[in-house]
Amino acid sequence: MNENVSLAGVGGPVIELVNVSVGAGGRPDSAALEGINWRISAGDYWVVGGLPGSGKSDLLATMAGLYRPLSGTLKVFGSDVAELSEDDFMAARLRIGLVFESGGRLFNQLSVAENVALPLRYHRSQPGVEASERVKAILDATGLTPWAESTGGRINLARRQRVALARSLAMSPEALLLDNPLGGSGLQEARWWRDFLAQLAGGHELLRGCPMTLVVACHDLRPWADQGKQFALLKQKRWLAVGGRAELTCSDEPLLHELLATEFGVGQPGG
Amino acid sequence: METGGVNTSLPKSEADPVSPSWWLRQLDAIGGHIIHFVRTVEGLVAFALITLGVAFTKFNASARVIHPLLRAQIYRAGLRLLPMTSFLACALGLVIIGQMVALLTRVGAQNFAGTVMVTVVVRELGPLVAALLVLARAGAAYVIELGTARALGEVEALEALCIDPIHYLVLPRVIGLALAIFSLTVYFILVALLSGYLFAFVQDVPLLPGDYFKQLAVALTWEDFALLAFKTCSFGVVIAVVTCYQGLAQPLQIEEVSGATTRAVVQSVVACVLLDVLFIVVYLVM
Repeated sequence: MNENVSLAGVGGPVIELVNVSVGAGGRPDSAALEGINWRISAGDYWVVGGLPGSGKSDLLATMAGLYRPLSGTLKVFGSDVAELSEDDFMAARLRIGLVFESGGRLFNQLSVAENVALPLRYHRSQPGVEASERVKAILDATGLTPWAESTGGRINLARRQRVALARSLAMSPEALLLDNPLGGSGLQEARWWRDFLAQLAGGHELLRGCPMTLVVACHDLRPWADQGKQFALLKQKRWLAVGGRAELTCSDEPLLHELLATEFGVGQPGG
Repeated sequence: METGGVNTSLPKSEADPVSPSWWLRQLDAIGGHIIHFVRTVEGLVAFALITLGVAFTKFNASARVIHPLLRAQIYRAGLRLLPMTSFLACALGLVIIGQMVALLTRVGAQNFAGTVMVTVVVRELGPLVAALLVLARAGAAYVIELGTARALGEVEALEALCIDPIHYLVLPRVIGLALAIFSLTVYFILVALLSGYLFAFVQDVPLLPGDYFKQLAVALTWEDFALLAFKTCSFGVVIAVVTCYQGLAQPLQIEEVSGATTRAVVQSVVACVLLDVLFIVVYLVM
């Protein structure tokens, strides 16, 4: 196991953490993770495993720019976020999508289509027709068209999670951070997610064929063992690189065996 | 003699209301309340300043999203309250103004009807009733909506999409409430003055409509119009800031939303009354 980045892909830097400490829930008084050194390059497909409460959500929120690191340097697309102006930081953040866990935190007052359209209308001031074409394409690709007019509260948890994915794709981000996307999903839904993410990683037509950089945080590694290109663990407030698919199966790390063998409850929140 | 029973009586120093420790505890409690009050005011002022900053920097940004939200808030806090405002204006017009006109006429002071109406209805009753009505109907709902959105993580989802929650959630409510309370106050005043006179009219009060409205026109000054607009918009801003602050500013659990709603209503009422006192001082100085 390695606490330092050694598995970076060949693409340009997307997110880089240098000795970063992450606050629990974004609070400055307690660290959920410490001393993270991690470089995510364009085209990477990282899967980060950890027990519930290990700080996965806090790590993704920090990488997405929602929380400031407690210490260390966070670089996004090569720029230190501490040195970016507010506008530049915002522009960099728009290039990274974040899909929350447990239903994706949809805006319950809005319909599915309005949820997806909101970032387009807010940031690009796209007129109704132009935005609706993009929304329609995203809803078609994610299989959500039949529920376009339903509000978030009227669809099941698995579909809500898909809506969160669709919403995060609206701005065509270059990297996508997914927090336990299979929480509450059945086998069929899990298969859809893995297939769709594989398409995104390979270059989906929604993104004009550009391969997307993916980071998936989960507490059950089994569905992702044959999907991810790079794997890491969160253990005792530390980020540990595992390696590629080959290292995943031959590692003697007990936590890794646990995450590859244990089936956590459906819909159980991560951490 | 040892009884072996449980002694449930308080120590002498805790039970005795004149002991030094009792006074210290009272002082401690009072100090705690004062610190809590100061922190609340500090938080509200900071929240109001942040909202003001966003209003200046992003007023016209993302107009396709914000303007429909603004219209929705004006409809919700203004237009939808017209029936209730009409009812209250008629009722208060009949009960208060009608009786007052009748009483003034009975004591031969009908020439002061206009002055009394302007003081009671235009300066005090109209703005306060409209503000309390909007607080009860829209302000309390804001705390529940925003508190629930905060508890369910929707606010973080907005931030993840780089959407400023103050711009998206607070600004339309502040502007909408200010415009709604101003409009409702004007409507309330007109209906109340009219219904009050109708009540007096059916009581055979010898005051012609022309004389009544002439007295009103004479009693009204341009300061009344200016201060009415300023006062009602201030009420709207204060209510919106307090309710949005209580719903948004602190991380809430779902079970804490009801408590936050109660706090917001109480603080809004106190803030509006204090603001009203401030305006009374301004009227007296002028």
